[in-house]
Amino acid sequence: MREIGVKSIEELYADIPEKYLLKKPLNLPSGMSEFDVKKHVEALLSKNKTCDDMPIFLGAGCWPHYVPAAVKEIIQRSEFLTSYTPYQPEISQGMLQALFEYQSMICELTAMDVANCSMYDWASAIGEAARMASRVTRRSKILIPKIIHPERKATLQTYTEPAGIIIEEVSYNPETGQLSLNDLESKISDNVAAVYVENPSYLGFIEENVDEIGGLAHRHGALFIVGIDPTSLGVLKPPGEYGADIVVGEAQPLGNPMNFGGPLLGIFACRDDLKLIRQMPGRIIGLTTTIDGGRQGFCMTLQIREQHIRREKATSNICSNEALCAVASAVYMALLGPHGLRELGEAVMYKANYAIRLLSRIDGIKTPVFKSLHFKEFTVNFDGAGLSVKNVNERLLNMGIHGGKDISKEFPELGQTALYCVTEIHSKESIELLAESLEKIVRG
Amino acid sequence: MLEGETLFRQAQWGEPIIFNLGGTGRVGYSLPGVEEEVKKAVGDLNTLIPEKLRRRDAPALPELSEPEVIRHFIRLSQMNYGVDSGIYPLGSCTMKYNPKINEVLANLPKLAMLHPYQDESTVQGILEILYRLERWLAEITGTAEVCLQPAAGAHGEFLGACIIRAYHKLNGEFEKRRDIIIPNSAHGTNPASAAMAGFNVVVVPSDEDGCVDLEALKAAASSRTAGLMLTNPNTLGVFEKNIEEIARIIHEVGGLLYYDGANLNPILCKARPGDMGFDIVHINIHKTFSTPHGGGGPGAGPVGVTQELAKFLPVPRIVFDGKNYRLDYDRPYSIGKIRCFYGNIAVLLRAYAYILSLGGEGLREAAEVSVLNANYVMRRLKEIEGLKLPYGEKPRKHECVFSSKPLKDKTGVSALNIAKRLLDYGVHSPTIYFPLIVEEALMIEPTETVEKEELDRFIEAIRKICREAQENPEQVLKAPYNTTVQRLDEAKASHPQTMILSWRMYRKRQSIKNP
Repeated sequence: MREIGVKSIEELYADIPEKYLLKKPLNLPSGMSEFDVKKHVEALLSKNKTCDDMPIFLGAGCWPHYVPAAVKEIIQRSEFLTSYTPYQPEISQGMLQALFEYQSMICELTAMDVANCSMYDWASAIGEAARMASRVTRRSKILIPKIIHPERKATLQTYTEPAGIIIEEVSYNPETGQLSLNDLESKISDNVAAVYVENPSYLGFIEENVDEIGGLAHRHGALFIVGIDPTSLGVLKPPGEYGADIVVGEAQPLGNPMNFGGPLLGIFACRDDLKLIRQMPGRIIGLTTTIDGGRQGFCMTLQIREQHIRREKATSNICSNEALCAVASAVYMALLGPHGLRELGEAVMYKANYAIRLLSRIDGIKTPVFKSLHFKEFTVNFDGAGLSVKNVNERLLNMGIHGGKDISKEFPELGQTALYCVTEIHSKESIELLAESLEKIVRG
Repeated sequence: MLEGETLFRQAQWGEPIIFNLGGTGRVGYSLPGVEEEVKKAVGDLNTLIPEKLRRRDAPALPELSEPEVIRHFIRLSQMNYGVDSGIYPLGSCTMKYNPKINEVLANLPKLAMLHPYQDESTVQGILEILYRLERWLAEITGTAEVCLQPAAGAHGEFLGACIIRAYHKLNGEFEKRRDIIIPNSAHGTNPASAAMAGFNVVVVPSDEDGCVDLEALKAAASSRTAGLMLTNPNTLGVFEKNIEEIARIIHEVGGLLYYDGANLNPILCKARPGDMGFDIVHINIHKTFSTPHGGGGPGAGPVGVTQELAKFLPVPRIVFDGKNYRLDYDRPYSIGKIRCFYGNIAVLLRAYAYILSLGGEGLREAAEVSVLNANYVMRRLKEIEGLKLPYGEKPRKHECVFSSKPLKDKTGVSALNIAKRLLDYGVHSPTIYFPLIVEEALMIEPTETVEKEELDRFIEAIRKICREAQENPEQVLKAPYNTTVQRLDEAKASHPQTMILSWRMYRKRQSIKNP
């Protein structure tokens, strides 16, 4: 204060009109010691019951997968953890290289050429993808499947409505759940900017006609956008091999804990096509050299698309993203490698299909509702037992099991149906316990 | 050799790209296995999955052991600079120290292992934390209700702009109210967010004090005005002293006032945007509330609104009936969703712990020290030849902006060159070339979590660089020397012929060159 020639701190606030300066303390807690803060927060959190306390069969956009200790170790490295967006690349090579490697591994997994270094989540990534498709094609309609996560659909609507984009739903085959090609054909036109599908779908089945859907989109000059769960891509054909122009998805399951639904990690990738790349949202890290050409290095690239340069003409307003989650996913993919990702996909698929087999034997339960191949999530219908999902879930909870997500309001046409999720962390015993418990409940 | 060069050397591991590491067959994982019985019951996956749906070729990912992975990423981390490495005075970014206790708490399994769709009875603890945090943030910002869902400041801005849209729509005035007024000193996200929500951006200039030009604002405000987006203190670190008049002008024409919370830190518990007439306020949790920025994110950008606008907030809202916490989806006027679930919870929990640690008094003190530090830096840098302090000598708030134009005119050394040379001293550079209204801008925000010695070291480094620019400009122009790599070719990275955005792209381009 002496150096700057003021007698009191208040002098530095003299330009704030007197009437706005707070006269009395706000209604906030008093400071606590570190010990007390720890006790306080731990006590509150101990009221939660997690999947450590009971088997939980929930997925629907946030999935329980094991996070290896090595992942946690790396993302707690404070040089990564406490750094800002790498605006000064020379002193930020570590973060830049890690993010470039994340982008590159996402490209390998999806068989796409270019990925950005993260969006907020899958939902906002679809919103950005739809806006991008509309800019690229100068068209204003997006076709989406009727079977889509309602929160992803709602987010898509929030993102696209101000851009004058119209969202239209394509119905599904009531037997198989598969996107109806007939309905798609009747709705596609030269005003459609993009056709969007999810694979596996929101309700867990694998979309079989992706080649045909992509072909139809392309024949009408529309882009083909595919939403994916990356844990499926060790076993399922990657979207780059069936014609996707843009790939979005949720990379939370690659090394990030659920954390009550956030932070998440939106995937955004596209083909090596300048028309697309120039319209991409978000930060992209590129490989380059030093000015003298002597050494390789990394920096943020194509910043001309971004808000800090382009302002109201930017491709997106995104600034802070989910970079550290992307580093976690990079470490996860590096640990698993091609073998691990295949093993992960197989484990998930075996266990989920084992659960389907056990549950489908129970009288009064129909699972899955759709005759299609399922990956890690599947529908379970209780109409035959005359029970509501709510009722079943309450009784399961009393037995120390958390049932699937109630989708009876989202898809009334499917009756009393829940969406179950099984991953590699669900043991054979917990799946069997679920089956036994459901049998008891159904029998009454 | 100059003194700076002996002080700091960043690690140079020459670490290869991960795709060039490892060896066939190596793995770094141990996943829970699948019992034979399970496999038998399900049958062979290869017969189960039709061929056209199966992945033929394994993804071309590296094959590494766990120690290889750890060494690779540890080496990368050593070639990075964070708040824990030293001062990080990026203006408008509020890079304050991130207390370690918050990391311990945010990594507890009682949060990590929690699924967002669990039955409300099993998540009462986290809902209580989030509900209280909403109340505290509402109290701090002077708003009625707070939504924690936005993942970042810009995400909060987009939500705010959507609320402005919804408000005018409900009033039947949206078709004519398409203008959002934004000062020319604003962050780039403001115009980008307004445009994303379908508004026209009307830019108003700043006056000789660096504040919104009132005459220009009056001329811009009309029945077409949907709202104004304003940062206060603004990006020059100057408090918009005419805020009452600004609010009056906008409200009189029927517009809403949006507060960009990037610069909330200096007025924490001193003054509140809500009291100044702002209708919508976002908060950058990763700035003001000390959560680590993670090299770009995750952050969190909660939005507070007046009672009148609360009905537009995204679903679900956390409600408390005196006994239990619940998620309420029944909000007919809600704008819907801007993302899945309820927000970046692990980030928000850190903010909860931070507020609890400091308390109201501690937050107020943090604000005051941040202002003291910024003014100290301003006073000391003003004495340095080559730097100019635009917009007068009045006290700043959390940050100060200098122009290095005099130095550039005399020596050819630009703000960029100063920034790069600073890195050689082991000091992260300030924000440069922003705000746009200052030529050769150096935007400096020291925050409250640096000691005076560290500030003096930073000031001394700038002094030496300015002197060096006069004596040996070549030396400054080629900086940095002590970082992992020297100046990078950013043009090459963006040029269509040379850009490489993934290893796959690199491989493809190499194989075209050398078939």
